[in-house]
Amino acid sequence: MSGVAGQLFAGLSLGSILLLAALGLSLTFGQMGVINMAHGEFVMAGAFTAYVVQQVISDAGVSLLLSIPLGFVVGGLLGVLLEATLIRRMYHRPMDTLLVTFGVSLILQQVARDVFGAPSVAVAAPAWLSGSLRLGTVELPVGRLFILGLAAVCVAALAVCMRYTVLGRRLRATVQNRDLAETLGISTRRSDRTTFFIGSGLAGVAGVALTLVGSTSPTLGTGYIVDAFLVVVAGGIGQIKGTVLAAFGLGLLQATLEYSTTASIAKVLVFIAVVAFLQVRPNGIYAVRSRSLA
Amino acid sequence: MKIPRTVIPVMALALVVGTAGCGAKTGAKAGADGTPSTSCVDTSGDSVKIGFLDSLSGTMAISEKTVNDSLNLAAQEINAAGGVKGKKLQIVTEDGASEPKTFAEKATKLIQSDCVAAVFGGWTSSSRKAMLPVFEANNALLFYPVQYEGLESSKNIFYTGATTNQQIVPAIDYLASQGKKSLFLVGSDYVFPRTANKIIKAYAKSKGIEIKGEEYAPLGYTDFSTIVNKVSAAKADAVFNTLNGDSNVAFFKQYKNVGLTAQQMPVVSVSIAEEEVGGVGIENLKGQLTAWNYYQTIDSPQNVKFVKAFKAKYGAKRVTSDPMEAAYTSLYLWKAMVEKAGSFNVAAVQKAAGGVTFKAPEGTVKVNGDNHHVAKTALIGRIGDDGLIHTVWKSPAPIEPDPYLKGYVWAKGLAK
Repeated sequence: MSGVAGQLFAGLSLGSILLLAALGLSLTFGQMGVINMAHGEFVMAGAFTAYVVQQVISDAGVSLLLSIPLGFVVGGLLGVLLEATLIRRMYHRPMDTLLVTFGVSLILQQVARDVFGAPSVAVAAPAWLSGSLRLGTVELPVGRLFILGLAAVCVAALAVCMRYTVLGRRLRATVQNRDLAETLGISTRRSDRTTFFIGSGLAGVAGVALTLVGSTSPTLGTGYIVDAFLVVVAGGIGQIKGTVLAAFGLGLLQATLEYSTTASIAKVLVFIAVVAFLQVRPNGIYAVRSRSLA
Repeated sequence: MKIPRTVIPVMALALVVGTAGCGAKTGAKAGADGTPSTSCVDTSGDSVKIGFLDSLSGTMAISEKTVNDSLNLAAQEINAAGGVKGKKLQIVTEDGASEPKTFAEKATKLIQSDCVAAVFGGWTSSSRKAMLPVFEANNALLFYPVQYEGLESSKNIFYTGATTNQQIVPAIDYLASQGKKSLFLVGSDYVFPRTANKIIKAYAKSKGIEIKGEEYAPLGYTDFSTIVNKVSAAKADAVFNTLNGDSNVAFFKQYKNVGLTAQQMPVVSVSIAEEEVGGVGIENLKGQLTAWNYYQTIDSPQNVKFVKAFKAKYGAKRVTSDPMEAAYTSLYLWKAMVEKAGSFNVAAVQKAAGGVTFKAPEGTVKVNGDNHHVAKTALIGRIGDDGLIHTVWKSPAPIEPDPYLKGYVWAKGLAK
């Protein structure tokens, strides 16, 4: 296997996973400024949705395809529930939000442990997603290609929704200038809730995809939450294209460094690289220019 | 509004990292309040107390609960057959809560206030290391049922799981006998895999087996693309896997997905037992190898009886694994020691321990009086379609335990 090409794909593949985990966060954290530590548990909820669906529908292919929209709904509903009960009471109080959502994440993990048990459960991959395609000298695992494709679809759908639909215009208006949006008759409460639904829903989709990669366990989300924040911060708050660039950048960086050093060292170096980068560009790759007076 | 937004996530990260590092901060005071120089064990009645100390909560509960189950089965059987020296076992259960300090505290409590004759339990090496000074200071007995990295021996601990020369060394022997000339080492980044790999490298060198690579993944790591790429590029004859927990799932999924198979490059694992196969997924593990001293599939009257009794007590879907069997065996070994000594007295039991045997489900085991480990037969197994592990090779005889690898020339200098 050719090392460089293989690693290039490993980097892109890791990037697509980071992107899926971070995309929802780029909405809730990036656009709305809510630090939701329970985002990782929405990812976990998506993964368990895939597990539950597979218990009902044994055909792995059908259950996976069905799990993607269902995971979106489950993640989204959990997000709306959290927003409506807790987060909306503490907008502009980031420290409170951080602590409260951290508590919620612990509760959700324990709930999952009580319902599904502490050991990880197995979600079978459909036959057409196992194995690999041979491209020249490189083996491309089909499951990873599928995740790359899914990430692309999610980004495209989100971009279209934000840019071209009435809903998207309202969401953007609320984020850019809340007061002005309200005077124009937009229900900013509803916008907040919708943004949270979409952002959390995307976390659920990420969870479904992650069942193809690793284990499905109650602590699944904790492994991704730090990386997801890292991607959003590096990409620049409130910019989807920044998140995309940062995800693939960090994925490629991690894969390259890991190949030449070790997994542990590579993780440290990636952290150092992001911190150094933020010294040069404190607002990430793309800085949002807001006309808001706040 | 701009600057705080980039500061806050850093605080969020600090919170995550910070909470991961801290646990219950309660001072262990082993023997602080007047350590009894003489044992307070009461053997005057028709029963005797023993302690089961396992993590029934926290991250280790998933594994240690199974050990607790098999200990209770052994106690139930022993009581049904008349107890030990005619005295019924009265069990005091304590929860180690996956926290070494809690293990030390609860061990102190079991010894000093409950006055148990012996304690059974522990899983992680850190829990054992935390309990060791407690048992030595109080001159009490601990039976520890899990395979570990060796390099330890205490007169107050009986180690009924394998040490390295009963698990890792035979696994290398097996691979060599299969004509494997090169190895790739994959492990989690903590003490057991690093110690195990040090031993593997020394032994491989002496046998002329080439080590083509050595990779460690942080605990809980989930993206194995790069590590598997390295494994695949190195084209070793086999992989030696000391990964822990959920990382195994991600590793084996990726391994299978890039088209690597058990036929072309088998993976030998030392931490995947019957309990773990289901979580990793049988389809990802089929045909891969494991190294242990017990499998549920062992066809002996003792094991058939053990498995049947276990399933009858805990449910037909439950499986039995190596640490569970070692725990079950440990209670019977203690019983045999007490009966040989004719007393529950610790010094008498220690004196009688050497040479005590038990017809265990894994085969006959024999206690080594010098290092308090147990002679065990090494078994290499292959994971079958049924999710169980089937023996493909066994050591010709039980292997004498050698925790410091003193009997191996190649291991010179490893113990320090």
